[in-house]
Amino acid sequence: MSQNINSETINLGHGSGGELTRKLIDELIFKTFDNPYLNEKHDGSIVQLEGKIAMSTDSFVISPIFFKGGNIGELAVNGTVNDVAMCGAIPKFLSLAFIIEEGLKLTDFKNIITSIKLAADKSDVQIITGDTKVVERGKGDQIFINTTGIGSVHPNASISSKNIKIGDKIIINNNIAQHGMAIMSQREGLQFESDIVSDTTNLNHLTKKMLDAFGNKIHFFRDPTRGGLGSVLHEIANDCHLGIEISETHIPLEKQVAAACEILGLDPLYVANEGVFIAIVDAKIEQEIIQLMQEDENGKNAVKIGEVVSEHPNKVVLHSIIGGKRIVSPLVGEQLPRIC
Amino acid sequence: MKYLQEYRNYEATKAIIDELHKITTKKWSIMEICGGQTHSLVKNGILDLLPENIRMIHGPGCPVCVTPLNLIDKAIELLEQGVIVCSFGDMIRVPGSKKSLLEAKANGGDLRILYSPLEAVSIAKENPTKEVVFFAVGFETTAPANALSVLHAQKEGLTNYSILVSHVLVPPAMEAILDDKFSSIDAFLAAGHVCAIMGYQEYHPISKKYKVPIIITGFEPLDLVQGIYFAVKQLEDKKHEVENQYTRAVKEEGNKTARAVIEQVFEIGNREWRGIGEIPNSGYVLRENFSDFDAEKKFNISHIKVPENELCIAGLVLKGIKKPMECSQFGKNCNPSNPLGAPMVSSEGACAAYYHFSII
Repeated sequence: MSQNINSETINLGHGSGGELTRKLIDELIFKTFDNPYLNEKHDGSIVQLEGKIAMSTDSFVISPIFFKGGNIGELAVNGTVNDVAMCGAIPKFLSLAFIIEEGLKLTDFKNIITSIKLAADKSDVQIITGDTKVVERGKGDQIFINTTGIGSVHPNASISSKNIKIGDKIIINNNIAQHGMAIMSQREGLQFESDIVSDTTNLNHLTKKMLDAFGNKIHFFRDPTRGGLGSVLHEIANDCHLGIEISETHIPLEKQVAAACEILGLDPLYVANEGVFIAIVDAKIEQEIIQLMQEDENGKNAVKIGEVVSEHPNKVVLHSIIGGKRIVSPLVGEQLPRIC
Repeated sequence: MKYLQEYRNYEATKAIIDELHKITTKKWSIMEICGGQTHSLVKNGILDLLPENIRMIHGPGCPVCVTPLNLIDKAIELLEQGVIVCSFGDMIRVPGSKKSLLEAKANGGDLRILYSPLEAVSIAKENPTKEVVFFAVGFETTAPANALSVLHAQKEGLTNYSILVSHVLVPPAMEAILDDKFSSIDAFLAAGHVCAIMGYQEYHPISKKYKVPIIITGFEPLDLVQGIYFAVKQLEDKKHEVENQYTRAVKEEGNKTARAVIEQVFEIGNREWRGIGEIPNSGYVLRENFSDFDAEKKFNISHIKVPENELCIAGLVLKGIKKPMECSQFGKNCNPSNPLGAPMVSSEGACAAYYHFSII
């Protein structure tokens, strides 16, 4: 009996390694990602890269899998591409592994694959190896994706928390808390009307431009995804044993996102981002690098939010809008909505 | 959303703070009742801006913090009996005697985190073969919605919905604090949102009896500094009146519709406060004609009684007798990852607020 991939849902057969798996991979995955590395149809791929190599891996388990501004597929590409870019590298190749819960609609899977292809093309990376497993209903949550990315470190880059110095400026590229609030607004039981869309995007082209122009004057890159800006700044202060001061007035936060955070009792400093990064740079290049960032579509809102100081080592101090000061501590567990 | 920027305005806040410095001549202890106010004071760094003579004491108005350990264990027991337990978010990490609701969920319990008790009624409707219990925690602020959920369930003819009630009231707590010989409160900032429901008629007798100014105060930085200013002005002028700073939300008579709903479903009864003990007539209990919706009567859980952790001084913190930092466990054996008591869990709890936002 012939089975074609247009049967409505993914079933255990698609992950069995047999005929159904081969059809799914040939007709959907190979066809979509068509490239010489994949077309070898070998167990892995052999690639050439110059110089130092950066590598990063990430798993994506987001719910809902489709959200305003994107889906789990493009998130899986952008997330890993950005992590490689934060190492000061130019991401080139990605692995792509799916764990699918049986019953996932094939149309949904196709849409995810299409998004992955578009995101990979936009980031200028190629999918060169992958895997597909199907688990029984109830053993997963529709679809989980793991991607691993590699790329060559930019020849002028020297990104390390060891390079962070007193007086360095902290620059952010975009508004915070967009992604987390876009997801929250669609979660079951929390539906509220908003136009907030996820900020998921690839940041590698912008970081490359910055490295081309300023090289080792850029001391550190980091994208505050889970845990938000607050948690990441706290980690950095701890890693470099220096103090960080940030100004609440300067942290870019879109009005609607700020309002949604207020309604749900969440602190935007701890809400997830997907298209945001901070650069910690030599004070001398502050103005020029902000200007360069603002010329890029992913850096339009670039602004200095703070600096590295010798006081209060290992701690992040926020200057509040009304002129007060407080410590920014790391997030413990998930942010919990307050009672009243 | 309006009023996000207006009440966080630097110049306006600074002008009031400057004025406050000018009028303050003596040492004053002011208690903000509500945990939301504590959170805002610490989060916005207001405490450092106040004159040295003003000491803010953080009150008991954190619903999570005053919910007795027994009730948490009861909710966990319900989860383990297969009941769908619905709760507001910050309740789920509070440690019971052995574990938290979150840990009970990880062990397979069906716990739902909701923003409104009315969602719990929908869950009960969708799951007719399962029992659904809403953990009805909170002050007067959450009472109307919790009462309304019972009325909705009754109207729908649902027999699988009930609430585990832990409702407490502000005025009896204020009196209990004022009666404590160790507490030294000169003025109160009353909780704005409680007053939005209840109004502030019931505060006049307290203000008169104990000769304390009571300022109905909001939650934004400007609200809080203005509330403190009103309190200090009265104290310096030797006055003790009830004054409404939060006029944009609070009317003297409160919200009559909401009060009527509370009145219909609840009556006043004795309540145990975590860390403080039982305060007579300090909370709501379900009226007899709604006892079918009372989870404590419906399920066999009334035998659950557990002692508080002896190391935790939550009671003294909630009464304002000790500051969180004066606790020997603060930041050591007790932190947000491993809280000994509830004030370290909720973002409104005084201990957690200090842990997160203050320089340790």
